[in-house]
Amino acid sequence: MGWGLAAPALLWTAAFFVLPFAAMVALSFARMEGREVVQGFDPGNYVRIFTDWTMLKALLNSLEITVVVTVVSVVLAYPLAAIIAFRVPAQWQRLALLLAVLPFWTSYVVRSYAWLLVLGQNGVVNKALLGLGLIAEPLEIAATRTATVIGFVHFFVMLLTLTIYANLIQLSPNYARAAADLGAGRWQTFRHVILPLTLPGVVTGAFLTFVLCIGDYITPQILGGNAELTLPQLIMLQMGRSGNFPLASALSVVLMAVVTLAYFASSRWLRLDRV
Amino acid sequence: MRALSWAYLAIAYAFIFLPVVVLVAFSFQDGRLPVPPFQGFTLQWYGRVLGERDLMEALVNSALVAGISSLTALILGFLAAHALARVRLPGSVLMRGVLIAPMTVSYLIIALGLLTVFNQAGVRLSLWTAGVGHVVINLPLCFAITYAAMGDHQKSAERAARDLGAPEWKVLLLVSAPMLAAPLAAAFFLSVTFSWDEFIIAFLLTRFDVTLPVEIWSMLRSGISPATNAVGSLVFLVSVTLVVLLEVFVFRRVK
Repeated sequence: MGWGLAAPALLWTAAFFVLPFAAMVALSFARMEGREVVQGFDPGNYVRIFTDWTMLKALLNSLEITVVVTVVSVVLAYPLAAIIAFRVPAQWQRLALLLAVLPFWTSYVVRSYAWLLVLGQNGVVNKALLGLGLIAEPLEIAATRTATVIGFVHFFVMLLTLTIYANLIQLSPNYARAAADLGAGRWQTFRHVILPLTLPGVVTGAFLTFVLCIGDYITPQILGGNAELTLPQLIMLQMGRSGNFPLASALSVVLMAVVTLAYFASSRWLRLDRV
Repeated sequence: MRALSWAYLAIAYAFIFLPVVVLVAFSFQDGRLPVPPFQGFTLQWYGRVLGERDLMEALVNSALVAGISSLTALILGFLAAHALARVRLPGSVLMRGVLIAPMTVSYLIIALGLLTVFNQAGVRLSLWTAGVGHVVINLPLCFAITYAAMGDHQKSAERAARDLGAPEWKVLLLVSAPMLAAPLAAAFFLSVTFSWDEFIIAFLLTRFDVTLPVEIWSMLRSGISPATNAVGSLVFLVSVTLVVLLEVFVFRRVK
């Protein structure tokens, strides 16, 4: 009886997650002859990824964007979560939090599109800056990496505010009180008491940000323009235009490996069961 | 310090709301481009969008896929959580790991893997194949939420029901499920919102009938238009209504 009820979920995960993943790994060692996939054990796709500059560049672009987005989002979200947790009166906190993540509920595709409108040549930001006389020429933000980063940061600030707030609010006020009694200033209390106690929550949020950001296709595709590619864009390109599934699979395995490395790098502090 | 906090809060909210405000404001644009200057107020784009058949079909498809896949994920997740929380089994840590694993994998990779297998098995792509993908991403969530909610109190009530001769399905249906009503509802609605809004799996695993995000995506390819703003605003309205209802009727009661 014990395992019986778990069986459907386990079977589903095995059939539609583990098996496909294994099939993808196997396919990454196949090669293309014309438009035919030839199965075999050929590491050629991986050699190509790490020797072909376009491929390597896409990987580096993805890493750079993801690291910048993760760091900026954490740095912006932490104060926001802290202000909501410690400054906003208790009866308004739920509302403040709900408002802080409200745009979360627009469609993901539409959110990137909205940023395109905001940042575009004739967009609100440029029109406002021109109107104020702060710039003479419209800034070219849309269709650049900056736009991609802004779009990502917007999304992940909301996500991280939620997770960091959840951590801050669980802290007993006695910690801060004890620190104050022992003569710690506000900054010392934060640096040596609050921050270390919330570190697991922050790292967990940052890890989620990393995973979601590095695997996302939509935001760079809509906001990033054609000047550079990220890894997911390259994967989609290989699948769509060239129909090169083996190479797309190998690129996905590399993406997966990067996420796994990030997991081990942060596993000391990671609490995935407490998101 | 205090003033600085409020200033930061104001700037943060401005940043967070900027795209949504622009999106909604220019859905009423009386002109062909959803950018300044604002040329006047019209509802024509909403009328046009609501009259578009492809879009309305995609909306119904999305609702169906979200509802059915979330319900499947919820049932599978609930049963697994029930089994793994109740008895300490050898290998239950491993099983928990396997069930949670899809959470840490990019949707793109899950989609690509499924596409590979479906291609090799000769399965034709449809809303069903996309639904299968959505169950894969939501099952870990449903499992984790219900697993975390099961406590000792729960277990004693179930044991009592069993001692009184209730068969296992009755224990599940009449004791466990009602006691977990709030987390089950939360897991279900979260799954629905994720599935409703999911793009890449739906994009790669559907063919002729598509879901709303995929349909919106193809709208984007013909350039920016207030019609897209109108669709986005409508989706936002529906989601926010759901969230507010959830907040009022489910989470309020939990507290």
